[in-house]
Amino acid sequence: METEVLYNNFKSEEYFINMGPQHPATHGVLRLVLTIDGEIIKKVEPDLGYIHRSIEKMCERDSYQQIVHLTDRMDYLSANINNEAVCLAVENALQLEIPERVKVIRTIIAELTRISSHCLWWGVMGMDVGALTTYFYGFRDREMINDIMEETCGARLTMNYNVPGGLMLDIHPNFVKRVKDFVAHFKTKLPEYDRLLTGNVIFQKRTKGVGVLSREDAISFGASGPVGRASGYSCDVRKHHPYSAYDRVTFTESLKTEGDTYARYLVRIQEMWESLSIVEQLIDNIPEGEHRVPTNAVIKLPKGEYYQKVETARGELGVYIISTGTKNPYRLKFRSPGFSNLSLLNHIAVGGKIGDLVATMATLDLVIPDIDR
Amino acid sequence: MTDEALQNLIGGWFDDLKFTTEESQFLNVKVSPEILHPLMQKLREHPETEFDYLFCLTGVDWGEELGVIYHLESTTKRHILVVKVSTADRENPELDTVCDLWFTAEFHEREVFDFFGIRFRNHPNLKRLFLTEDWEGYPLRKDYEDDVNMILH
Repeated sequence: METEVLYNNFKSEEYFINMGPQHPATHGVLRLVLTIDGEIIKKVEPDLGYIHRSIEKMCERDSYQQIVHLTDRMDYLSANINNEAVCLAVENALQLEIPERVKVIRTIIAELTRISSHCLWWGVMGMDVGALTTYFYGFRDREMINDIMEETCGARLTMNYNVPGGLMLDIHPNFVKRVKDFVAHFKTKLPEYDRLLTGNVIFQKRTKGVGVLSREDAISFGASGPVGRASGYSCDVRKHHPYSAYDRVTFTESLKTEGDTYARYLVRIQEMWESLSIVEQLIDNIPEGEHRVPTNAVIKLPKGEYYQKVETARGELGVYIISTGTKNPYRLKFRSPGFSNLSLLNHIAVGGKIGDLVATMATLDLVIPDIDR
Repeated sequence: MTDEALQNLIGGWFDDLKFTTEESQFLNVKVSPEILHPLMQKLREHPETEFDYLFCLTGVDWGEELGVIYHLESTTKRHILVVKVSTADRENPELDTVCDLWFTAEFHEREVFDFFGIRFRNHPNLKRLFLTEDWEGYPLRKDYEDDVNMILH
């Protein structure tokens, strides 16, 4: 009763503040317009477009080989998986028979990309809630994957290793050994991640019960990837619509039912273990053969519509191509995971505090170029 | 449910639905703008279809017409349907919103409005998403011209 009297005596007033476009917790140029009452969030409205490059319009001008290069610049932490999505769409449209070797290498590379992306996420997640050490640990392990990528295709971030028809180059002779070394190294480091952050009391208090998303809302908002799976929504494209070599490996789809920030965190940690297991299953069994099947220099897709979905580190990426039979797509749409995951931010952040918003946003794992395209 | 069973079921609900599986890996259905919302609502709620996941919403400029393509999937039944709608009015195109059925449509429809200029009736917050409020024209339309920033073919 006394608190109520006290509360009524204070005048409450709503006001706006800008979070971003340059803010350490948005990890890119995203501006959030917050309506707050004291420190309680009443509304979060994202203001997008600071780095919109209209990739979809550029695709209408480009050849299919060129389009692959643009996809690196969307979700740059899943660059290889984005490349793969376009390549698979084009290959399916042309009904190309892709060599087994390519499928297996693509899967290994995709899983390494996922681990690398999750390492970076884990590092900045810790940093967002005030633990700087995680950042250095995450980047230390990510560096090993970047080195493998550099040796394989000459690039560390925007790889362009996939081309329609296969891979740009065959794997480097050191590839198998270095990947195995990494797997052995990372298996000793991943438990360290848990000891450092997962079990930390402060961290748990910052994340448990914060930003809860129900299963129904997750589906309705089109949530995918770890965000959907932490709410108990089985949405792994690798399981439901297997592509490349995912039909021949065994892995568990990490599911949680709590739907809070902590659950999203645990799902990603679990995913790193699963990715390691997938890499281990494939690395000794890379079939011999060609690394690329020839395609025409000018690729023309038959008239029709093609949809390909893949599981990036952030969730479901869809590539929807409408072709009229020419060398350029008539319309190309990227259904990006970050775009849908961002749209639910207002829903789960309202009622929480600004500090909770930062923790929640960290586990949505937004990459802004993926949203802005 | 198989494509054929879906077609038989949904075909009985409304007149003039045009089904096709040509040139696409999914079952496609073309509807007129008037019955878009009732059809979508029924697809969402009917116990045999249960399309609870709108996984892609695409705006398209067909030249004569402007259209929207909805990719629907049921997370329980695992069937997929593509719904297409278009309007010939390029000056003042209007369609019904579906964001009361799928929350994700709110952002996707704002994107379509931003780039194609299609207005969605009953949308709670229809304004530009990426471009600034004073931007002229709709860049993803085929007849869009911008002398300064044009992406040349």
